[in-house]
Amino acid sequence: MTLLVTVFAAIICTVLWYKKAPQDEMNIRVLCYLYWGASIMWFVDAIYEYADLGAQFFAPAPIDLLNDLFLGLSVVALGLIVWLIVLLVKDPRGVIKGMFQKK
Amino acid sequence: MACFLVSAAEAAIVTVATQIVIAHENKLLPQFKRESEADEHKAKKVPFSRKLRLLSNLLWGGSFLLAFEHVWHGEVTPWFPFLTAAGSPADTAAMLHEMSTVGVGMAVLVTVVWGAMMLVISTMEKKTLQPVLVTE
Repeated sequence: MTLLVTVFAAIICTVLWYKKAPQDEMNIRVLCYLYWGASIMWFVDAIYEYADLGAQFFAPAPIDLLNDLFLGLSVVALGLIVWLIVLLVKDPRGVIKGMFQKK
Repeated sequence: MACFLVSAAEAAIVTVATQIVIAHENKLLPQFKRESEADEHKAKKVPFSRKLRLLSNLLWGGSFLLAFEHVWHGEVTPWFPFLTAAGSPADTAAMLHEMSTVGVGMAVLVTVVWGAMMLVISTMEKKTLQPVLVTE
C-alpha cells in the first residue's frame, strides 16, 4: 500500500512537472526525485517480500493495509514538507526576499 | 532493517563524483562556450554533471523517505547505536544480509532506471544535435 500511494504521488508530480516543463519555477522536480526514488526502492522491497510470501503478499490483513496506508500518506506529507522547505529557501519568485527588503 | 544505507552510501559517492565532474567541466568551459556560441538556437547537449546529479537526487530522495519508514517501524532510533538491529550479533547478521540483498537491489535498480533514462536522452541528443566542429 505504501508503494502504491508513493507511485501515485510520483505519477501526479511527474504530470504536474511535465505540464510546465522545461520551466520548473515551483521546483516540482524535487517531489519527482523523492517519490520516484522511494517508489523504485520499495518496489525492490516488494519483490523480495513477494518471493518470501508468495500469493499471500497480495492479501494483506486489513490492519496491515491500514498501517501501510497511514505510512504511505505520511511519506507523501513528508515529501511535501521537504519540497516546501526547498521552495521557500530557493524562493524562485523572490517573495520572501522582497518581504525582508521592504522591512 | 537498514537497506536504505546502501542507497545513501551510493548517493554520497555519486554526489562527490558530480562535484569532480563539475570541476572538470568548468576547466573546459571556454570550449563549451565556443560550442554553444556556434549556433545558439540549436539544442545543447546535457552536461554529464547534470545527468549525474539526477542519479544522486533520486538516490538521496529515495533514501530519505526510506529512512523515515525505518523510523516509523522503530528500526532506526535517535540514540546510539541508532539501528536497533545493531543491538545483538544475530540481529546485526540479519541486517547485513538484508543490506546485501534488498539494499544492493534497491541501489542497482535505481541506477539501472537512471541508466535507461540516460540511454533515451543520449539517443534523443544524437538525433537532434549535429556535430559542431571545434577548432584549436
